[in-house]
Amino acid sequence: MLSYVVFTLTLCGIYALLALSLNLIWGGVGLVNLGLAGFFAVGAYASALATGAGAPVLIGWGAALVVGAAVGVIVTFATLRLRDDYLAIVTLGFAELIRLVALNERWLTNGSDGISGIRAPLRAELGAQNFAYLYLALVTLVLALVWLLLRRLDASPYGRAMKAIREDQQLAAFAGKPVLRFKIQAFALSAAIAALAGALYAHFQSYVSPDHFQPLITIYIFLAVTAGGVGRPSGAVLGAYFVVIFLEATRFLTEWVPGLQAVQVAAMREMLIGLALILVLHLRPQGILPERIPKAPPAPGQV
Amino acid sequence: MTQLLQALINGVMAGTLIAVPAIGFSAIFAVLRFPNFAIASYATIGAFAAWWANTALALPILPSVLVAFALTGIVGVVAEEASLKRLRGNGALIVAIASIALNLVLENIVRFFFGNEMRGYDLPIARDIRFWDLRIGPQQLQSLGFAVAIMAAVFLFLRYTRFGKAMRAVADNPDLARLKGIDPARIAIATIFLGAGLSGVGGVLIGLDTTIDPLTGYRVLLSVFAAAVLGGLGSIPGAVIGALSLGIAEELALLVAPASYRTGVGFIAILLMLTFRPRGILGERAA
Repeated sequence: MLSYVVFTLTLCGIYALLALSLNLIWGGVGLVNLGLAGFFAVGAYASALATGAGAPVLIGWGAALVVGAAVGVIVTFATLRLRDDYLAIVTLGFAELIRLVALNERWLTNGSDGISGIRAPLRAELGAQNFAYLYLALVTLVLALVWLLLRRLDASPYGRAMKAIREDQQLAAFAGKPVLRFKIQAFALSAAIAALAGALYAHFQSYVSPDHFQPLITIYIFLAVTAGGVGRPSGAVLGAYFVVIFLEATRFLTEWVPGLQAVQVAAMREMLIGLALILVLHLRPQGILPERIPKAPPAPGQV
Repeated sequence: MTQLLQALINGVMAGTLIAVPAIGFSAIFAVLRFPNFAIASYATIGAFAAWWANTALALPILPSVLVAFALTGIVGVVAEEASLKRLRGNGALIVAIASIALNLVLENIVRFFFGNEMRGYDLPIARDIRFWDLRIGPQQLQSLGFAVAIMAAVFLFLRYTRFGKAMRAVADNPDLARLKGIDPARIAIATIFLGAGLSGVGGVLIGLDTTIDPLTGYRVLLSVFAAAVLGGLGSIPGAVIGALSLGIAEELALLVAPASYRTGVGFIAILLMLTFRPRGILGERAA
């Protein structure tokens, strides 16, 4: 039971990082990334491959950050100039392409068999139980650092410029903000965070395969960010914990309904996720922790 | 040479089938201005509705296609009114995200009742038609005929009926259309019915070619998006041209790349198009 709780909390932390990634781009500059699962996969594979080639785990995580950001820029470079719906479509396609590459390029990713035996830091020295505690602490620490960073970012002039772009990009451009550069930088940082989450996930599971990166994950994270409150890092983190707990709860809930086959149970759980997202959008679109809009400082001369 | 010609024929065939749901997607985009991800589940529902009519009621394919059109049209309208309509004021992205959630719900309703196993239509087994060294399946030819007939009907509807004209007016300029006394709510319902119904028919046509399961629609979603973006988002003739180009591009790519990358071609096509001609082949605006 305890190891189940530790496992779930570690997963919460990883999903919370993904939620922070989405919140940065969606709550920040107002773009959506439907390819979150793809960036998650890129990071997981990058770190798995780097450490597999002999690099230390920290270098693997660094590789995930760099590769994630680079891929993010390449994918969105052409589309960020255009209307936002194009980005939604392109990122969805990107996640699919990543899945295809992971499935088919056996020389790199070992295809559908996946990469197993990914190095787990200090596992041999600590034993499985202590490793689980250590990793939970590690993931939570990384999450806390990223959360702090993003909160700082939100309060900084850079963050305010991002939100200005989200509200009205023409006005922001008119006020002299380089809109396109902001969007590219925000997307790169967001992709890097998602990739870092992937790297943490890879060393946590010590096994990755294309099956781990279903488009469904992207929907979970959208639910997390909407439920928590778009535009507020604390909301995204809280939302992610809620979603993982909700997912686990539906596991028990559907066990109570008698006479269902396994596939029907799975279908019901996914249905509940979809319904929850629709309900949140209708009933509380601002989320549990709504965004705080700081008051504008009084104009000079008015004080 | 034969190989190339065969690829072209296959591409036109595949493209024509994608064109049907792509028209549905584009019609909804043109009038309601959001990318509707739920068309994937509409295609799946259509495929299952026709399968049910075909195997349980022993109807031939043509009436089964009509059953699929009507049923998915109704499902689409009900789902839209219940889950997406009230969100329209919150912006296109919110509605698009809600449509992803809606898609997940509908897809899993199908999975709940029918399971994950693949099903096939009750079709006569027929030998491929051969001429020179090229092959065409009679079933493909029939689907092609359906697709062309449906597209012709949609064009006539949009061009000559009052409803069709009103739809184009709303797509062109919603404010002006409202001033002229066109009720946007009714047009929205008609558009969703048409768009969802066409997606449903698309699901059937694609299912006739292979088998169906709850992910039938999701697997073509990317091709539908690609076709719509290639042709110009929101343009209906564009969706047809985009679908044909995509079908041919996919088949030609298969000559040099492994078959498993087929859906990847759509993504590459979108990226190239958006880089060099963002408004698409026939679209007016992109930025």
